[in-house]
Amino acid sequence: MKITPDMIVFAMLAGMAALSAVGVVAFRNAVRSALCLVFTFFLLGFLYFALNMEMLGITQIVVYTGAIMVLFLFVIMLLNLGASHVLEEKSDPKKVIGIGFGVSLAVLLASQIVPVLIKVNAPTAPEGFGSPQVIGNVLFTDYVFPFEAVSILLLLGIVGSVLLAKRRLS
Amino acid sequence: MNGVPLAGFIGLSMFMFITGVVGVIIRRNPIVIFMCIELMLNAVNLAFLAFARYKFSGLANVNQGAAGQMMVVFVMAVAAAEVAVGLGIIMAIYRLKENIDVDELNLLKG
Repeated sequence: MKITPDMIVFAMLAGMAALSAVGVVAFRNAVRSALCLVFTFFLLGFLYFALNMEMLGITQIVVYTGAIMVLFLFVIMLLNLGASHVLEEKSDPKKVIGIGFGVSLAVLLASQIVPVLIKVNAPTAPEGFGSPQVIGNVLFTDYVFPFEAVSILLLLGIVGSVLLAKRRLS
Repeated sequence: MNGVPLAGFIGLSMFMFITGVVGVIIRRNPIVIFMCIELMLNAVNLAFLAFARYKFSGLANVNQGAAGQMMVVFVMAVAAAEVAVGLGIIMAIYRLKENIDVDELNLLKG
């Protein structure tokens, strides 16, 4: 297989994304985990651009790094969980079991999918495949019912979170 | 990205998903567990988009090929709703118990 410049760019983006994904799990401090997650989502946005999905790349950056991660950081600050002494992670057998489980899952999946997919190296989608026009066109014709269902779900989410945050549990 | 095999994208997606699974198992802070769930959702999104781009041939038109992207749009919307409600629940639990270690939360134990 020939090494192309595209491959080097992809390897750098993917390597950084994988490293910061590990950082989310490895850091003890919740704020550091959250910042690692922001970085991962940003790099994923770039990878979506690399796949010619402009619309979803922008949505990824706006929704995840702009909205969801701000919510996470807001709650961490509100609960004052930044200091690691609040939740000292003790050593327990769960860690070894979890990592062993992860490694075995990785070996199982990789042995099944990599030999099949390593041969596929030419994208077949046409230009403008991920453009806002195509997404909007499909979203409001073929997928209009799921679209409305999701809008109701988001409304329920707003009402539910306000209710949960307001009510005193006792 | 010409020349990058599909296995590269799927491999990254697999790695991120497994990192999320391991994080959910080993971490005890519910907010970090939530972050790991987000990581898993994003890994699946990446797999959807990579397949949508690389396995397009054989489909009748662009609308049919956009199914993967539509799935990603809906996953993002559901993830946003899930995070809002989930963090609300964590806030409520914190006000009740002043402690959010998932190993100490045994309110549902009969």
